[in-house]
Amino acid sequence: MAMLSFERKYRVRGGTLLGGDLFDFWVGPFYVGFFGVLTVFFGVLGTALILYSTAIDGVWNPWKISVAPPDLAYGLGLAPLKQGGFWQAITVCALGAFVSWALRQAEIARKLGMGLHIPFAFGMAVFAYFTLVVIRPVLMGAWGHGFPYGIWTHLDWVSNVGYQYLHFHYNPAHMIAVTFFFTTTLALSMHASVVLAAINPARGEPVKTTEHENTFFRDAIGYSIGTLGIHRLGLFIALSAGFWSAVCIVISGPFWTRGWPEWWGWWLNLPIWAH
Amino acid sequence: MKIRFPLALAAVFLAFLGSVFVLQAFERPPPVSVQQGFRGTGMVGVTNPRRDAGLVARNQVPAAPEAAGTDGDRASSIYDNLQVFGDLSVEQFGRIMQAMTEWVSPAEGCNGCHVEGDFASDDNYRKRVARRMVQMVRHINADWANHVQQTGVTCYTCHRGNLVPQQVWATAPEHGARGMAASANGQNLAAPAVGLTSLPYDPFSRFLAQDGNIRVQTTRALAPGGVHPIQDAESVYGLMIHISEALGVNCTFCHNSRAFSSWTESHPPRLTAWHGIRMVRDVNVNYIEPLREILPASRRGPMGDALQANCATCHQGVNRPLLGAPMLRDYPELRPAAAR
Repeated sequence: MAMLSFERKYRVRGGTLLGGDLFDFWVGPFYVGFFGVLTVFFGVLGTALILYSTAIDGVWNPWKISVAPPDLAYGLGLAPLKQGGFWQAITVCALGAFVSWALRQAEIARKLGMGLHIPFAFGMAVFAYFTLVVIRPVLMGAWGHGFPYGIWTHLDWVSNVGYQYLHFHYNPAHMIAVTFFFTTTLALSMHASVVLAAINPARGEPVKTTEHENTFFRDAIGYSIGTLGIHRLGLFIALSAGFWSAVCIVISGPFWTRGWPEWWGWWLNLPIWAH
Repeated sequence: MKIRFPLALAAVFLAFLGSVFVLQAFERPPPVSVQQGFRGTGMVGVTNPRRDAGLVARNQVPAAPEAAGTDGDRASSIYDNLQVFGDLSVEQFGRIMQAMTEWVSPAEGCNGCHVEGDFASDDNYRKRVARRMVQMVRHINADWANHVQQTGVTCYTCHRGNLVPQQVWATAPEHGARGMAASANGQNLAAPAVGLTSLPYDPFSRFLAQDGNIRVQTTRALAPGGVHPIQDAESVYGLMIHISEALGVNCTFCHNSRAFSSWTESHPPRLTAWHGIRMVRDVNVNYIEPLREILPASRRGPMGDALQANCATCHQGVNRPLLGAPMLRDYPELRPAAAR
């Protein structure tokens, strides 16, 4: 089949993590590999299980489709398919698909001689999901602490789990995570606006370069992190947002059972106050 | 190279401080969780048995004295000035007086309320307060069964060996903020009454001494018509946090937070709580607050009102006071005459 002129340079053999050359093939422009096969397997199986589950429920409104985890009574054991077993099987498929996808990204990065930034970044999102449906349920002692797989129901779950700790905005890790999320959007908007401004000059003017971008921020805020630096910073704050999200939920329950506002008692009890 | 060692030392020291802080500030797993709704809704009670170790010990009921006979002379035929216990038998009367002394005034004994040598005298204000409180207890047991069920209440439910129950409230004065925080709207204090949040720190005057409107959630999108200011919602949030803390539960014990106002999606205890809020209003307005006339300043709050009841007064950290022990069963003297 036809290839782009530069594509031959990148379509190289090797770099696989498992199975040598066995799955080292492309479908059209897409590299597959052993982990691509696994991703497709888990993805198709998991989606089929969701369809099977919702067919039993008789729910076909996409907003209302939901696969709920088992009752807490099943603890860390297996539940019957219709009482949460579907959720357990789908969770295995989801983790299988997500982890395979990250490993496929790693294989592609190795083929291209790149660093592992992309699989690492995607791995942080997988880690947050793993925290929600495996680490925290295991620490709490029941798979039933996982969240339901539904567009509306997972939001209701988030709301109720927040209110289990009376006021979730007082969760210190939630504060850090939210701050990183907002900082990510701030940095992205500052970066995007300076880039767009530089490459879209007024009619008749030449396109501006990096030095203009640096100068703008040195003028505006006294510092420019630079063209490489902004991407390192962006990666750091975006991954930190995901990491602290995972922390804020895993400490809710396993490491704190009261209202989050009360946690701050340590601050009020410091011996530095007048009374 | 020379700077490396001190830096490493500083890092180890900071890591040590950090670990100490984390160990001190947090709890350790596993918690105990109780499902309160359909699986996957997140309606779950979460507690830490290690942290709540003293809870059972603190909520034990004192052993009841042997039941008293109901025959013989009425107490009113022997003693003077009996306004609430006159229809008890003499034996019953002696028994409940003794129990009340242990529940309320174990240190001072009879003289906690009575004028020494003249038991009939009403000169001690505490005796008049006690009489009104007995009427209140009987009223609760007779008319508020949809909150206290058949478990009922006794003096001990609140007093636990204290002249004044330990968990009471009085109208809070406006705190003296200055500068940019001057218009604090009665909030931003990290007040224990509202679980150390910055929410309005006196939700009680508005909702437990007055008929304040708790249902501020709009029922239609974009809130056409009556819109409640966010301060109303914050006051309600403060009251709800008080209820949660007082009962040792979280919001999902009563509510499905996807629709706080919806009764059909709520957990049944919400109905008990609804009656409880009205019960506390009733006893504060009709029994406790009017006593301000006879209370000395030391028994009143900074704004001069009586020390009043809220959910914590009885519940004291558990969702069924005294862990649900049916204490009233052993004290028929505290039921109204018709129910004895």
